[in-house]
Amino acid sequence: MSDVSLTVNGRRVSGNAEDRTLLVHFLREHLGLTGTHVGCDTSQCGACVVHVDGRAVKSCSMLAVQASGSTVVTIEGLADGAELHPVQAAFKEHHGLQCGFCTPGMIMTATDMIARHPQGLDEATVRAELEGNICRCTGYHNIVKAILAASETMAKGAKGKAKQAA
Amino acid sequence: MGIEGVGARVARKEDKRFITGGGRYVDDMVVPGMKHAVFVRSPHAHAHIKKIDVKKAQAMPGVVGVLTGKELKADGIGNLICGWMIHSKDGTPMKMGAWSPLAVDKVRYVGDAVVIVVADTKGQARDAAEAVEITYKELKAVVDATKAIQSGAPQIHAEAENNLIFDWELGDGKATDAAIKSAAHVTRMKIVNNRLVPNAMEPRAALGHYDKAEDHYTCWTTSQNPHVARLVMSAFYNVAPENKLRVIAPDVGGGFGSKIYIYPEEIVCLWASKKTGVPVKWVADRTESFLSDAHGRDHVSTVEMAFDKDNRITGLKVDTIANLGAYMSLFSSCVPTYLYATLLSGQYNIPAIHANVRTVYTNTAPVDAYRGAGRPEATYVLERMMETAARELGVSPAELRRRNFITSFPHQTPVIMAYDAGDYNASLDAAMKAADYAGFTKRRADAAKQGKLRGIGMSCYIEACGLAPSSAVGSLGAGVGLWESAEVRVNAVGTIEVLTGSHSHGQGHETTFAQLVTQRFGVPIDSVSIVHGDTDKVQMGMGTYGSRSGAVGMSAIVKALDKVEAKAKKIAAHLLEADEGDIVIENGEVKVAGTDKSLPWFQVALASYTAHNLPAGMEPGLKETAFYDPSNFTFPAGCYICEVEIDPETGTTEIIQFVAADDFGNIINPMIVEGQVHGGIAQGVGQALLEGAHYDSSGQLLTASYMDYTMPRAGDLPSFKVSTSNTPCPGNPLGVKGCGEAGAIGSPPAVINAITDALGVVDIAMPASPATVWATIRATKH
Amino acid sequence: MYSVNYHRASSVADAARQLKNGDAKLLSGGMTLIPAMKTRLASPSDLVDVSRLKELQGVKVSGKTVTIGAATTHYDVSTDEKLKKVCPALAHMASLIGDPAVRHRGTIGGSIANNDPAADYPAALLALGATIVTNKREIAADKFFKGLFETALKEGEIVTAVSFTAPAKAAYQKFRNPASRYAIVGVFVTKGKDGARAAVTGAGEDGVFRSKEIEAALAKNFDAAALGGLKVPAKGLMSDIHASADYRANLIAVMAKRAVAAANA
Ligand SMILES: Cc1cc2nc3c(=O)[nH]c(=O)nc-3n(C[C@H](O)[C@H](O)[C@H](O)COP(=O)(O)OP(=O)(O)OC[C@H]3O[C@@H](n4cnc5c(N)ncnc54)[C@H](O)[C@@H]3O)c2cc1C
Ligand code: FES
Ligand code: FES
Repeated sequence: MSDVSLTVNGRRVSGNAEDRTLLVHFLREHLGLTGTHVGCDTSQCGACVVHVDGRAVKSCSMLAVQASGSTVVTIEGLADGAELHPVQAAFKEHHGLQCGFCTPGMIMTATDMIARHPQGLDEATVRAELEGNICRCTGYHNIVKAILAASETMAKGAKGKAKQAA
Repeated sequence: MGIEGVGARVARKEDKRFITGGGRYVDDMVVPGMKHAVFVRSPHAHAHIKKIDVKKAQAMPGVVGVLTGKELKADGIGNLICGWMIHSKDGTPMKMGAWSPLAVDKVRYVGDAVVIVVADTKGQARDAAEAVEITYKELKAVVDATKAIQSGAPQIHAEAENNLIFDWELGDGKATDAAIKSAAHVTRMKIVNNRLVPNAMEPRAALGHYDKAEDHYTCWTTSQNPHVARLVMSAFYNVAPENKLRVIAPDVGGGFGSKIYIYPEEIVCLWASKKTGVPVKWVADRTESFLSDAHGRDHVSTVEMAFDKDNRITGLKVDTIANLGAYMSLFSSCVPTYLYATLLSGQYNIPAIHANVRTVYTNTAPVDAYRGAGRPEATYVLERMMETAARELGVSPAELRRRNFITSFPHQTPVIMAYDAGDYNASLDAAMKAADYAGFTKRRADAAKQGKLRGIGMSCYIEACGLAPSSAVGSLGAGVGLWESAEVRVNAVGTIEVLTGSHSHGQGHETTFAQLVTQRFGVPIDSVSIVHGDTDKVQMGMGTYGSRSGAVGMSAIVKALDKVEAKAKKIAAHLLEADEGDIVIENGEVKVAGTDKSLPWFQVALASYTAHNLPAGMEPGLKETAFYDPSNFTFPAGCYICEVEIDPETGTTEIIQFVAADDFGNIINPMIVEGQVHGGIAQGVGQALLEGAHYDSSGQLLTASYMDYTMPRAGDLPSFKVSTSNTPCPGNPLGVKGCGEAGAIGSPPAVINAITDALGVVDIAMPASPATVWATIRATKH
Repeated sequence: MYSVNYHRASSVADAARQLKNGDAKLLSGGMTLIPAMKTRLASPSDLVDVSRLKELQGVKVSGKTVTIGAATTHYDVSTDEKLKKVCPALAHMASLIGDPAVRHRGTIGGSIANNDPAADYPAALLALGATIVTNKREIAADKFFKGLFETALKEGEIVTAVSFTAPAKAAYQKFRNPASRYAIVGVFVTKGKDGARAAVTGAGEDGVFRSKEIEAALAKNFDAAALGGLKVPAKGLMSDIHASADYRANLIAVMAKRAVAAANA
């Protein structure tokens, strides 16, 4: 057993868990954050993607103790209060989800992807970047559309903010 | 159409919870005192169980119970059954072998559940599962259905000699043989439809909770049809009588057929909960899902198609062997029969058809309906035959199809189905236009200059959806009726709840069903809630599969809405002192036509509950129930065109474009319909290019994780060009046909027709992986 | 996963000490080890986490000499601007590993210590003639990769860095396994001061190897045309449900040609 302390969605949390506890299980079972899902055993499906210290990672392939001391953002922490994150809003607007099971991981991957591509995204890049996220429902068509749209919205928002600051 | 009514692209109401992490799936459920289960599964494909020793496991830390099939049987839990009786052509009933939820003396496939271990944590349960000692005596296994029916093959069930479950036929054999005999041309092919694993992203799960004080069971399960689950668990598995069993299917992460069936795990979890006195949760690992979810397809067919001198089809003869795996799953028998052979006429006028289907046991996972269920197999047979025939006859694939299209409706096929409406030329035209079919020759030449091989292929599919008229399916052997129920509850403040027996696991019912209500009463969509998936809330229902939620589920809602509307009008007429026939309901108002007299909708609702002033003799309240039983199947149809480019050096196939032109009848929400088509195409392209379940000859599943089973990824697919045309379905009040399966049905032959066109070969096995394509190219060179 | 005790190392020396516990194993990015533990294929008693050690992190470039700390992630290698200048092929190779989330955690040290026969780094390091630096010694790549999942590392030995001299030309071409996305065949070619080297991953029954045929052809002329008539023998290549040995042999030739063309581009 080890102490695990994390900052999750802006809140400091700590708990005691078996060392073999995966981060995803710590989030789901100890913290009740069940938005992060498990869809495979081989670290390939991406249903479990969260951000650890600002980078998208697969929470099924990391021990909770490994993450101890880190800052974690999960799907539950993405929206700003009642206001959806632009990626969440785009998934809804463009019907980028059906059963919703892959969706949290997709959205966390998408926000990370957009952050790493401040110059913007094209369809081929989005598809390549989704390598580690499997969706069985949507055929990806609308997921790709939603991510491209969100990336544009966010670029505009960023420009707007830059103007305001100037 | 209003902005939230029928036909509008309404963004989904349910999305809010899914995009914020608020979805509630079975694995998210926590019940006080809950423990975790792991199943010990057979590592062998075929073996006798000599001995099971659970002592060591029972003594492990955290273990609450280790239970075997013997104890389960002793408690009177029944065997799993197949709910659709098929008779062989000699009149004998299908030979159903016993399937115990926990194997007792024999295991029949790798993954067969043998023992359940319940412990404080999943980790402890797994530790203890490894300590269960089972002694097996291995038997020879057979995985290939064509080999399993040969004499001398390992015998899997005592009940089914030579592993043959039934030998069934449909159509007129004599007339078909005569047509072939007198044909100007006969096209012949052996056609293999590869085995697939459905792979809903949410693995199957069950949480069984026995409440001793109430003597009552609750089962949370990943089900597409919780009511059928309750019915079957009560009536056949003796888990508990229906009034003492509540089944809840909360948010379900995709199904595609695989979550229709009642599996051993939910039965065993419920029973184990009573046995151990604690709530028991089981969640499948992905590999467990690969091993134990019902698989799909796995047909081998020998086909002959006869043409007269004018290239008109005169007969079609199909001989199919269908692999049903180690046990007969719930609907396994109807998939290769009534969902398959009845569609073999396709979009074509075929005077004589004969299908013979043999279903076979093998030492593999049970096979049942997977997105499309039988109809993709029929479409693949037909559309591969049409392509090959066109090449043999030297006519264009489009021309051969047009020549044979059914153009007048209703049309009775020789294989039961009576098509009600359609316009097959319209979808073919639309698809060819969208694909710039005319420009293909030039594109092919350009690609050739780059050393690439281009091909184009089409597929004109039809499917029978809206399952199904109860009396019809009853006469064909179904154990259940396939109507649907709905209840519309108008609350005193005018908000509305719709209870439906359909189940949404991605289809967006909470939105489309609400659109119907909004359309009818003009109330905002946010004041309408859809309730589904809980046998305590919804009285009865048949669930969601076979593209039935629109045509059947929504029709039931329409019927209930009719009744609510009629009563609301009576109340309004009484209050407004007008004639009932003059009342109209629009934009949330109940008006007297041609006057300025009106009441807001909520006042009519309120009046029905205050009951201060109702027409004489009227019961208070505004709540109506309806059951809708369709009079016919619905017949969505369409044309898909796929253009591929192959890199001959590596065998890699790139999909340059994929066009879908579908006729789904009227459409409630085009955004959702397009989404269904996209997802279906991805699965169909997956079947054609990427996916295949592969057992070795000893019965080990070699593709038991995503490391070896190729799931379609975003990078494997293009964006799709989809469009719809509309011949409204005359058979139901909404004129809808259903769209959930079309993509998976229509796409595999389009892809394979394109690849064989590019390569200049007659056939290629699915999945046409780079290795297979490369080997095919090499074989044609030599 | 079986029970395990986790330790976070404070230095390489500390890690070396901790490794003496029971059946302890190093944990770096965990992208191989954790999945293996989840499926109970690996069952170390203890894990010694080196992923946060600053001394093992980062890409250093001085002139043509490149040194990459063992715990540097694939993502950091793939995006390192200095590396992209002197050896873009390696950055490109790193960008082809797994997916973004895997690249955010997985490390070069873990990859080469694991020496998966379908992993990408082993081909790169072999073709680059790299040196693998451990807490005990330096090992030439030619001596390091020993077969399937086997390396020259001794019990308790820790990879601390990898270094090499950037070649004049280099490129990597990968043909992915459609399911796992590891290499079915990956070919890394270099043209350095000692001539051409070509290493192949994903295909060999004994893991990564240098292709004599390709190197011989390129020795005369480092050009894709030189590989025109190249016949790679299928003997010694793997066959599985995804690819036959013949197919792999073909892919080696095709990927080699494309890699050389890319290196010259
Ligand atoms: C979905 C997925 C896809 C992948 N795709 C690819 C791919 O396409 N190509 C590819 O090459 N790889 C791929 N990988 C593997 C990935 O690159 C791993 O990151 C890598 O192989 C192991 O590195 P790690 O840092 O994660 O090591 P770990 O998993 O932490 O460790 C791996 C092994 O190395 C040992 N080890 C770790 N660090 C050291 C050290 N410093 N010294 C000595 N021994 C050490 C460990 O004890 C362990 O035995 C994939 C992984 C996943 C999950
Ligand atoms: S659950 Fe983490 S990648 Fe599948
Ligand atoms: S929405 Fe169902 S898996 Fe993606």
